Amino acid sequence: MLLSIRSLTKVFPGTLALDGVDLDIAAGEIHALLGENGAGKSTLIKCLTGAYQRDGGAITLDGAPIDPKSTGQAQELGIGTVYQEVNLLPNLPVAQNLMFGREPRRFGLIDSRRTRAEAEAMLRQYGLGIDVGRDLGTYSVAIQQIVAIARAVSLSGKVLILDEPTASLDRREVEMVFDVVRDLRDRGLGIIFVSHFLDQVFELTDRVTILRNGRKIVTERTANLDRMSLIEHMLGRALEHEVTGTATDGEIKAPMLQFDGIGRAGVIQPFDLTVGQGEVVGLAGLLGSGRTETAEMLFGLRQSQDGQARDADGPLDLRNPRAAIGAGFGFAPEDRKTDGIVASLSIRENIILGLQARRGWSRPIPRAEQNRLADDYIRKLDIRTSDREKPIGELSGGNQQKAVLARWLAMNPRFLILDEPTRGIDVGAHAEILRLIEDLTAQGMSVLIISSEIDELVAVADRVIVLRDRRHVAELTGAEVTGDRIMRAIAADDEAAA
Amino acid sequence: MNTRALPLYATIAIFLLAYLLAWTQFPNILSTRVVGNLLTDNAYLGIVAVGMTLVILSGGIDLSVGSVIAFSGVFIAVVLRDTGLHPLVVFALLLLLTTAFGAGMGFLIDRLAMPAFIVTLAGMFLARGAAYMLSIQSVPIQHPFYQTLQGAYYLMPGKGRLTLIGVLMLLVVVLGMVIAHRTRFGASVYALGGGEQTARLMGVRQGRTTVLVYAFSGAMAGLSGIVFSVYTGSGYSLATVGTELTAIAAVVIGGTLLTGGAGYVFGTLVGVLTMGLIQTYIVFDGSLSSWWTKIVIGLLLLVFILLQKGLLKLSGSRLAGGAA
Repeated sequence: MLLSIRSLTKVFPGTLALDGVDLDIAAGEIHALLGENGAGKSTLIKCLTGAYQRDGGAITLDGAPIDPKSTGQAQELGIGTVYQEVNLLPNLPVAQNLMFGREPRRFGLIDSRRTRAEAEAMLRQYGLGIDVGRDLGTYSVAIQQIVAIARAVSLSGKVLILDEPTASLDRREVEMVFDVVRDLRDRGLGIIFVSHFLDQVFELTDRVTILRNGRKIVTERTANLDRMSLIEHMLGRALEHEVTGTATDGEIKAPMLQFDGIGRAGVIQPFDLTVGQGEVVGLAGLLGSGRTETAEMLFGLRQSQDGQARDADGPLDLRNPRAAIGAGFGFAPEDRKTDGIVASLSIRENIILGLQARRGWSRPIPRAEQNRLADDYIRKLDIRTSDREKPIGELSGGNQQKAVLARWLAMNPRFLILDEPTRGIDVGAHAEILRLIEDLTAQGMSVLIISSEIDELVAVADRVIVLRDRRHVAELTGAEVTGDRIMRAIAADDEAAA
Repeated sequence: MNTRALPLYATIAIFLLAYLLAWTQFPNILSTRVVGNLLTDNAYLGIVAVGMTLVILSGGIDLSVGSVIAFSGVFIAVVLRDTGLHPLVVFALLLLLTTAFGAGMGFLIDRLAMPAFIVTLAGMFLARGAAYMLSIQSVPIQHPFYQTLQGAYYLMPGKGRLTLIGVLMLLVVVLGMVIAHRTRFGASVYALGGGEQTARLMGVRQGRTTVLVYAFSGAMAGLSGIVFSVYTGSGYSLATVGTELTAIAAVVIGGTLLTGGAGYVFGTLVGVLTMGLIQTYIVFDGSLSSWWTKIVIGLLLLVFILLQKGLLKLSGSRLAGGAA
């Protein structure tokens, strides 16, 4: 084995990010590493590249144990990495990017002619005959990606890690990069390919390893797997396991909001969406399928190129979040820490934030009113805290999430968008938040919920929309909302879904 | 053509055009006398602007240089007045001092991960305060060696004087060009300005580069202080207030991106000369208030910022077009 990882363990405060993971990479293979958010893919890669120090386990390269302390050291050992965001300098010429730190010198000064010649020779091996004197940033992302691969291989040359290298490429460009990757495999490199595009995994890779919750679930030859079993492994539920939802069969809810042709090229294909009064609509799909983008577009955080939104009274203006809030929308984003809470402000301040912003900062909410609101929601949502003036950053994830919900509830929205509302929350709080969502919809509020946990969607949603490859591919209502149907829709090939 | 060089070409074009316009009105402006004076009068600014160019290329800023120039002048004048040291020895001492001062600021910026703006702002007050402490009055320098320095020039055809400090400025520009474009240190500076995270991943030694770049700026500020003391023949703690901003303006007019990562040292020379040319024109005209210099420089700055923004947009949209 070229690269051998044995019972790799990495602990972060409160979580076991990697729990005894084994992984073998042979010379001349392309090995896919798969898993949903939080499965441990990036932690594993960071342990390999020296960005993180492992807490347990062993890594051997060419039979010798290694322990890289920095990305530079990992490179010298022979492990090179190419990231989704091209990690090169667009403001420097291609040649300088390729040769950076190893420029040929004459009399102590960089010999630019030889630098260029060597860079050109290097790129010719990849069939790339571009002008290396031009800035990297003037070339397409695919070419930048190949330049990044060329640099990584020339620096390291044993193991190449490709971390979502194709996320921003179109079909033809992906093919270009794949040709290069296959060529490198034939030259005997061990290649780790991380991607959430399953088609690409089947097209390119020889073997697959799937991680979930920090554990290795399976390593298998790609040819022996089908889409369905792959997704089962990733999501961690088998098909026979059946959960029946609370979906109120057949009961048609009066439509409240109507979105027509919302979408944007390269972000999400145009879609139509109707949301009924008091309805819970779930969005299902794998990481990168366009769930969050859909939510952001509905909330005016991203501009839709076309289409419009309307309610019973006429068209709605969703130019920006402020306009969306004006239309009675609310949005609790996925990344609670950076986008949801203001960590150093108190619970009270976090709760009244939205309300105050809508009133305008020149008309402060009286302090007594603030206290009343804060206490009210702390009690109603059962936010566990010693008092309302505690900085919200000191609360647990579940209580933070409740406070974010309280902020929106205080504004009494008619349509609330929740992106992964239960991620990183303990089991008890999890159930409470789901119950809260049901209470709210019983009072007539409509909710759009995004979740990676299919069981959660089945439990709470009246209707589930399934996304794949930045498209809305299926819609399940009433009795159709079962774990199986959702899984099948996620896994289905294009023809089957259409 | 590389879009990166466009601001440089624009700067050169604007400079030549401005010179041409000035020449049609005042043919004398093309004489070697005017050219010689242009170099001499702006020598201290040119030198400090070269240091500033590297700092800005690295994505930083150095607000301390104006105060450091003033401190240098006072330091030289006071030491020469009170001791028997030869000016060359004093120069060496001063350069050591200002280089160490710059390196110290670079160290703080890197280690404490503090914004360069605030650290060098502190340095600005510190250096100005130190200058006051040495002397509040203007201190004349009467060393015979200074007379030699001030009298050293090459008489060009047309009776223009190519002075020692003017030549020194040109040499510093060449030195700056070599460092920025032909050394690994220079490449690291551009890399840092392009993106710290990426630069680190590519193996740039961030701490070392940051310290060196501010040390270089400190050394250039010291050298500029020496030149300024030769130019004025005195040291005065209230001198060169705001020179750091003039230097930044020259760098930006010279086509360097204020956010770092793109630009040319040669452009800075053109920027300095453009600003000098405006001043010369106003002197030639005689009826214009000297405030017009500031107004025109302000307008030029605005034009260049817009130009850079436009270029960024252009290259950005082309990228998006290529990816789509």
